[in-house]
Amino acid sequence: MMSWTEDQPMVSIKDVHKSFGDLEVLKGVSMDIMKGQVICIIGPSGSGKSTLIRCVNALNDIQQGSILVEGQEVNDPDLDKLELRKKVGMVFQQYNLFPHKTALQNVMMAPIQVLKQDKAEIEKQAYELLKKVRLEGKENSYPGELSGGQQQRVAIARSLAMNPDIMLFDEVTAALDPETVKEVLVTIKQLAEEGMTCILVTHEMGFAREVADMIYFTDRGVIVESGPPATFFDEAKDPRTKEFLSQIL
Amino acid sequence: MPEFIADFFRQLAEDHPRWNFIFFYEPVEIQRVLSGIGVTLQLSIVCLILSVVIGIIGAWLQGSPIKWLRNIVQGYIQFFRNTPPVVQLLFFYFALGQFTPTYSPDGWLEIPWISNVGWAIISLSFFAGAFNVEIFRAGIESVPDSTKEAAEALGYSRMKSYIYIILPLAFRVSLPALNNNLVNLVKTTTQAIAIAVPELLYQCVTIWNNYPSAQYPAMLFLFVFYIGLVGLIVMGMNRWERQLKIPGYGV
Repeated sequence: MMSWTEDQPMVSIKDVHKSFGDLEVLKGVSMDIMKGQVICIIGPSGSGKSTLIRCVNALNDIQQGSILVEGQEVNDPDLDKLELRKKVGMVFQQYNLFPHKTALQNVMMAPIQVLKQDKAEIEKQAYELLKKVRLEGKENSYPGELSGGQQQRVAIARSLAMNPDIMLFDEVTAALDPETVKEVLVTIKQLAEEGMTCILVTHEMGFAREVADMIYFTDRGVIVESGPPATFFDEAKDPRTKEFLSQIL
Repeated sequence: MPEFIADFFRQLAEDHPRWNFIFFYEPVEIQRVLSGIGVTLQLSIVCLILSVVIGIIGAWLQGSPIKWLRNIVQGYIQFFRNTPPVVQLLFFYFALGQFTPTYSPDGWLEIPWISNVGWAIISLSFFAGAFNVEIFRAGIESVPDSTKEAAEALGYSRMKSYIYIILPLAFRVSLPALNNNLVNLVKTTTQAIAIAVPELLYQCVTIWNNYPSAQYPAMLFLFVFYIGLVGLIVMGMNRWERQLKIPGYGV
């Protein structure tokens, strides 16, 4: 594989097909994401948006097509998964923190156990990351003692501790109550402004309009329509997009 | 043994001949009981540790993607769970014991590398280990897939995620069932009498064979001893369970 340079797409998805058994959930999806871009994928449930971003870090395998992450082919039986996951961080809908570890330990675990980094150094970094997601003072709380929004911010800090180039957000505010949604979105927005490449699956249309560089609307396994937020939200052409937006906005 | 206690039991045996607690005042018999307790504790502790190790490894192999490995573990569990432990002890000692190499320290005696105590340890550890595999497997299944996925997304290999994330969580869920199984194991060590392992029951039977008047007292002592020993284990395990409790977590 030729070496990847920054003028090429950081993530290049080409004609991806994915089936669970007989059910084909992705039917030829393509998109390119450049470094520093923020992409929002929206669409009705079951349209394959979560599956798509899970394919990007190989949590789901694909049957056909190609996904290049900084030039590394994900659809490859000999894929070095660790190498891929160092580049791609992921935050889940249900936070999925490790319940037996404190917030600080959650952030420190992977860099120490997976990357074998120096403990003292990573501890300093972990404090900074928790400060960045505005959880100062909660370092020694266990996930069960934190609110949903706080847990989700720990999860974001945990991903960032691996120092990824790309962050995937899989409906990260869907399980939160309305008041706490904002605190998580503020954190993501801050990341986006710092230039982190982000792929978000979201139902927060206001947020998508505000931070996204590109919006993709998926339905039944295909991308129906895409465009920058201004044109996408105000001048949607496809009837399916229009119908979806009219229901949600 | 303080003198006044020995005197009390000596007097008791004189006044009531059926209550001859000879192992409380006769030095030879005291020694017998003490060494029996020693062997029982040794057997219990070693088997306890080995069976937990077997359980942890077995549960990991059971989740392996390699089918024949899973089948071997399954076969092992079926064999040891579905046959009586005393039959296993006899089989290990008499059947497999024949094939163990021997050594001869003085040129006369042939001593097998694995003694009857060794076979008891092996046999009982595998016996309790089979149950522990199932106990840990249930614990592992209780860890949500989403948690395993989070570990995977952070670059954890299957082995690392097992060691650092799945096992610590599964272990907490497994503790009550493990507790039960280990209590059973401690009680099952008495069956090592079948291959003449000089544990506490063996020593007590020897005592009452020599002194029939000590039979009831020896039985009473056995009951009291095992109630105490198991009580201690349960207490320790419960305390451990409380210590491992995660603040704000259901388990």
